[in-house]
Amino acid sequence: MEKFEVFRKDAEKVSILNIQGYLDAHTAPDFESHLQKLIKENNFNIIVNLDGLQYISSAGLGVFMGVIEDIRNNGGDLKICCAAPKVFKVFDLLGFPSLYEFYDSEDKAIQKFNKGKKA
Amino acid sequence: MAEKKRTGKKFNLKLPLETANLEIIRDFVSRIAQNMGFSDENIHRIELAVDEASTNVIKHAYKGNRSNRKFLTIEVTVYQNRIEIDVIDRGQGFDPKEIKTPEMDEYLKKMKRGGLGLYLIKTLMDKVDYTIKPGVRNRVRMVKFKPNVQT
Repeated sequence: MEKFEVFRKDAEKVSILNIQGYLDAHTAPDFESHLQKLIKENNFNIIVNLDGLQYISSAGLGVFMGVIEDIRNNGGDLKICCAAPKVFKVFDLLGFPSLYEFYDSEDKAIQKFNKGKKA
Repeated sequence: MAEKKRTGKKFNLKLPLETANLEIIRDFVSRIAQNMGFSDENIHRIELAVDEASTNVIKHAYKGNRSNRKFLTIEVTVYQNRIEIDVIDRGQGFDPKEIKTPEMDEYLKKMKRGGLGLYLIKTLMDKVDYTIKPGVRNRVRMVKFKPNVQT
């Protein structure tokens, strides 16, 4: 059985969701409920770390699209890091890099949030 | 590119409409593509395209239909120069003319969900066609050619 797991880590002012395994139409609702929980708790600075993600379909991409407006309207952002080439390619095919920030490390994504705060 | 009308080897998989089965569908097609010698990158393209077509059937094909004849069939035909994958249902179908290539930037700005699957399928596969007979047989046929095989 292909697994899908979400691990949450809260850094200073930033919440990180580390998602692992296979993100498809079957597992997308699980991922979405984790994101909705963060939003409900007023955590709008979110990093999704894709380090352990092996597969994503458009159902998974739809989750990112479904929450971003809410997050940005509340002054936050959702940044994505650590996507494997195979996973990044799917985001790229659908034009996501022009609308979401992608980083190759979690630290860089955190730094970007912290820089934004000083302004 | 002329396709030879040679008979291929057929593999069939008939499944209940559950998203949990997407995993089985992906394994099924990727194993066949692997045995045909497709590269890892092309195997990924094929499994993703078939996942998208199957997800559409599971999510949309039988809306409001209470019959118990709700199945999804994956039919893979292996030819010397290509793999052909049919995703078949007996649901309500849709009008293939309605499928537009979305302007992705505009599309994403509107944060519209869904509908990305058909665009992905078109991008990932070499040929895609639809035969729609609502309630009888709807078929999405997706073809990927093997590189380096003369046709």
